[in-house]
Amino acid sequence: MAHRRTTRRALTALVGVAALSFTAACGGGGSNTSSSSGGSQQGADSRGPITFVTGKDNSGVWPPTIDKWNKAHPNEKVTLKEQSDNADQQHDDIVQHMQAKDASYDIVTVDVIWTPEFAAKGWLVPLEGKFALDTSKLLKAPVTAATYNGKLYAAPFASDGGMLYYRKDLVPNPPKTLDEMWKMCDIAKKNNMDCYAGQFAKYEGLTVNATEAINTFGGKVVDDKGKAAVDSPEARKGLQMLADHYKNGDIPKQGITYQEEQGRQSFEAGKLLFLRNWPYVYSLASTEASSKVKGKFAVAPLPGVSGPGASTLGGHSEAISVYSKHKATAFDFLKFIEEDAQQKFFMEKGSLAPVVEAIYSDPALVKKAPYLPTLLTSIQNAVPRPVTPFYPSVTKAIQDNSYAAMKGEKSVDQAVKDMQSAIQSASQG
Amino acid sequence: MSTTATQTAPPTRSRKRGPKSLNAGQGRRGVLLVTPTLILLAVVIMYPLVRAVIMSFQKDSGLDPATGMFSEGGFAGTQNYQHWLLQQCAAAGGTTQPCPPGTLGSQFYDALFVTLFFTVVTVFFEIGLGLWFATIMNRTFKGRGLVRAAILIPWAIPTAVTAKLWFFIFAYEGIANKLLGGVGIKPLLWTGDAWPARFAVIIADVWKTTPFMALLILAGLQLISSDVYEAAQIDGASKWQTFTRITLPLIKVPLMVAILFRTLDVLRIYDLPAILTNGGGGSGHATTTLSILVINQIRAGFNSASALSTLVFLLIAFVAFIFVRFLGADVVQRPPGKEAAKRRWFRRQPVAAEGE
Repeated sequence: MAHRRTTRRALTALVGVAALSFTAACGGGGSNTSSSSGGSQQGADSRGPITFVTGKDNSGVWPPTIDKWNKAHPNEKVTLKEQSDNADQQHDDIVQHMQAKDASYDIVTVDVIWTPEFAAKGWLVPLEGKFALDTSKLLKAPVTAATYNGKLYAAPFASDGGMLYYRKDLVPNPPKTLDEMWKMCDIAKKNNMDCYAGQFAKYEGLTVNATEAINTFGGKVVDDKGKAAVDSPEARKGLQMLADHYKNGDIPKQGITYQEEQGRQSFEAGKLLFLRNWPYVYSLASTEASSKVKGKFAVAPLPGVSGPGASTLGGHSEAISVYSKHKATAFDFLKFIEEDAQQKFFMEKGSLAPVVEAIYSDPALVKKAPYLPTLLTSIQNAVPRPVTPFYPSVTKAIQDNSYAAMKGEKSVDQAVKDMQSAIQSASQG
Repeated sequence: MSTTATQTAPPTRSRKRGPKSLNAGQGRRGVLLVTPTLILLAVVIMYPLVRAVIMSFQKDSGLDPATGMFSEGGFAGTQNYQHWLLQQCAAAGGTTQPCPPGTLGSQFYDALFVTLFFTVVTVFFEIGLGLWFATIMNRTFKGRGLVRAAILIPWAIPTAVTAKLWFFIFAYEGIANKLLGGVGIKPLLWTGDAWPARFAVIIADVWKTTPFMALLILAGLQLISSDVYEAAQIDGASKWQTFTRITLPLIKVPLMVAILFRTLDVLRIYDLPAILTNGGGGSGHATTTLSILVINQIRAGFNSASALSTLVFLLIAFVAFIFVRFLGADVVQRPPGKEAAKRRWFRRQPVAAEGE
């Protein structure tokens, strides 16, 4: 009898531990949202070594840049700290270090969509007063994306915009408007190809593509104050277009599973006439051995209603942590990376779209990357994704509802209404 | 005691001594020896757990409209739990509304259903296939080592790799659709439509974890003495009778342990659907399990996520409790004759558990 009891007790304990480990793993994050902006002035004049935090530097642009800085500033050395190459992990890593008020994260690299969240938590130093950054030479869209509540919180580092890749051997003149593009789908049918693809799988890419459609028709997801504003006829037109063309097959059935890479593969295999994608595809499609479209494709600005469409803005900015002890050095480093020399280097070495407008017309660079003028048009017409500190919930509301609308599981009208109330609910906190 | 000691050989004595009750001094020393472990467990398990529960009663920080900054939410009462269980989402003016589609709150019951569905279906298939594989591995034939190794490979591959592997298999132009095309079935959107996505996850999970089931069952099978089977043969029992009357009752305990671990595992499944389908499919969340929902919620608000993970914890604890009760009750019902064989099984359980 005693034996039975111990066995059961041992088993209960085992099970308990197994079950407990679940909550233990999930309850780890503490909540700390003290909006103490008092820290932002601390160390404002102080100089010294700082740490620069960025996501995995796949193109290797940072070590040479930092070496250059360190040679000129031996007493204010910058140390590089690389995070993982997954955006969510980078986000969570910054959150954890900020919650711990970690002074060793002096400059953090923030994705354009994180700036409002981190700013509203009081973790970023506003770039005003002593830290006022000259943005006159910079492109407008990246600066808007780094602005929250009328204050600039981060220095744009690299931008990104969507472009329309098309087969110039089949389409001599790229479509300027959406109507033109959809009409050209007949060419795709004749050649037994799919017509158009973007990123319509349910992930951040869908938010990018859905907001592009909404913005192109003049709609908005949130207004200037961050309030939900998607319930409009314009937004309906945008989503309706995606739903209609998915239904009639202009966007292939499997297009709903495409992320950037699947679309690129289909385009490179010669199975796709039009592809909405980022600049990185350009060099891959023209050099990769498996690409069947070498020399047969070109890029154009995304088509809109009557002119260029509104691309969604991508890219990263650099922000100073309020917990940094050497904010003066950190600010100097931000100014350093906005200089033409560095911006050019980022483009040459890492194909990172510059944030300084003049660089796009640099003849040497344009020769190397012929897509630059198109990209400039794209970024000039770009609209940042919803600028809101509740971004994770807002993007979720956009993804779920536009996915359901595209697949015809709910009407566009219902999807837009649901999107509106979901965003409203999310920003109530 | 001392007479026994003089009569038996030393090794046997030391073995016999173990289970005997301890005196006061030994007990105190025992407590002292266990204390570091208890402290460690308290720090790494109890603290986060208690903290999560405390956090679940706090409001998530809200935006102060005047400053545009986040401010501490304060005490929430059971609001976070109501949010999930009663589907109450915040609306303008501090009131609540039913959670609109596209919020995480609205996905709670769908996620619960999906998680339970995955649990029932995958464990069902794993039991069936696991028993079959174990029987194969238990036979003596040429190349048995090779078969055993082959069966174990899926279990040895990291889940993330498995998920990526099946992601390619289930891609629109992947091998799964090619095979379906061979038998005249139109290609499926494995990661896009609700039921194909769910079955994609189920197929990948069964493929991955059946070896674990088979391994535990095999351990049970190998300890059944061949005498029993010979006796059954002499008595003229059919193969089916041998299986249901001898094999099943004798492997019941390791089988229950295996089922228990698998069930708890699937109830908190995260990595496989997260990588394979990103929780998507159907209207956007057909494969979002409770754990995926928790992780998504962590990015939108810790405290609400704590409430959700506490709910998941209670669910898992409840299921575990039912299993343990069921297992425990089973011991009492055993006829005394089989108690000895049974006891041997129980002692082996922790060993099986370590294999997890």
